[in-house]
Amino acid sequence: MFELYILVGLMIVGAILAIEIRSLLSSVVILGVVGFLLCTVFLFLRAPDAALTQLIVEVIALVILIRATGVQQDDTERPETFTEKFAFGTVVMFFLVFAYFLLYALQGLPKFGEPLMTVSQTYLKEGFAKTGVPNLVAAILLDFRSLDALGGITLFFGAILGAFTIMRRNGRKKVDERDDTDS
Amino acid sequence: MNGMTPIVKTITKFVGSIILLFGLYLIVHGHLSPGGGFEGGVTVAAALILITLAYGKDAVFETVDLVGAFLLQSTGMLIFLAFALLGFTGGYFLLNFLPKGKAFTFLSGGTIIPFTVGIGVTAAFALFGIFIVLVSFRIFKDTEKK
Repeated sequence: MFELYILVGLMIVGAILAIEIRSLLSSVVILGVVGFLLCTVFLFLRAPDAALTQLIVEVIALVILIRATGVQQDDTERPETFTEKFAFGTVVMFFLVFAYFLLYALQGLPKFGEPLMTVSQTYLKEGFAKTGVPNLVAAILLDFRSLDALGGITLFFGAILGAFTIMRRNGRKKVDERDDTDS
Repeated sequence: MNGMTPIVKTITKFVGSIILLFGLYLIVHGHLSPGGGFEGGVTVAAALILITLAYGKDAVFETVDLVGAFLLQSTGMLIFLAFALLGFTGGYFLLNFLPKGKAFTFLSGGTIIPFTVGIGVTAAFALFGIFIVLVSFRIFKDTEKK
């Protein structure tokens, strides 16, 4: 339990640094450190599936983000405008309101780590007998809750499809062709 | 883009196939050990990205280019949907209609293996396709001028 507090504290420090630092590349690297710390947290909580996913996706995301930050950017200091001050104040205000309601809501929850055996108890008891699959995560995700898996992979497919369309090199429409929608 | 130095190429020659094999293991063994379709697919994409970075894009694009990645991604989605629709043979959508098999053996769990294979193929070639798009995307002259 003690090591979890250290890891989560380091993650919070890293997240704040990633926002505040000037250079985009350093920000991406610090974000990677936060991701690997989260992977370690999952290992301490005995969730190897989630830790594996976090580790692998973090590596790929780092590669793609570093490629995406290759564009040159200006990192010169400049004075804060009124809009930025206003935005910062609004964020702080909403954070305080949110924290108040969060503390109010957290009082009704059971303590951290105590097993919540309401719905999951059925899955844990009958999952192996009904599916014959030793990995209960796979049994729940792809048998009991396979509609969730179908929705998730459809969402992923659609998102990648949209990215392909946006980032292709040249459009299919001719220059002087009119759009049908703006008549 | 002709790839990196001979050191990187030699290391990739030994390591790339092992990463690819580990990704395939994660996909097809997801019902017995930690892992599953998405994790395995992302690992396969990582191996393909490593080979692309080390040997240059022309070496990989002979096998899988943007159109190929797009077709394979759609194939994975269709595998998932086909096995989901085949559940209607037993009664309802997404039914686990295949025989369960003996527990702790490779061929067990019914439709879980086809589902993980579908998810794995989709995840692998979707992420590889994004990488291809980012590599072959030309940065406009306006942003370079700054």
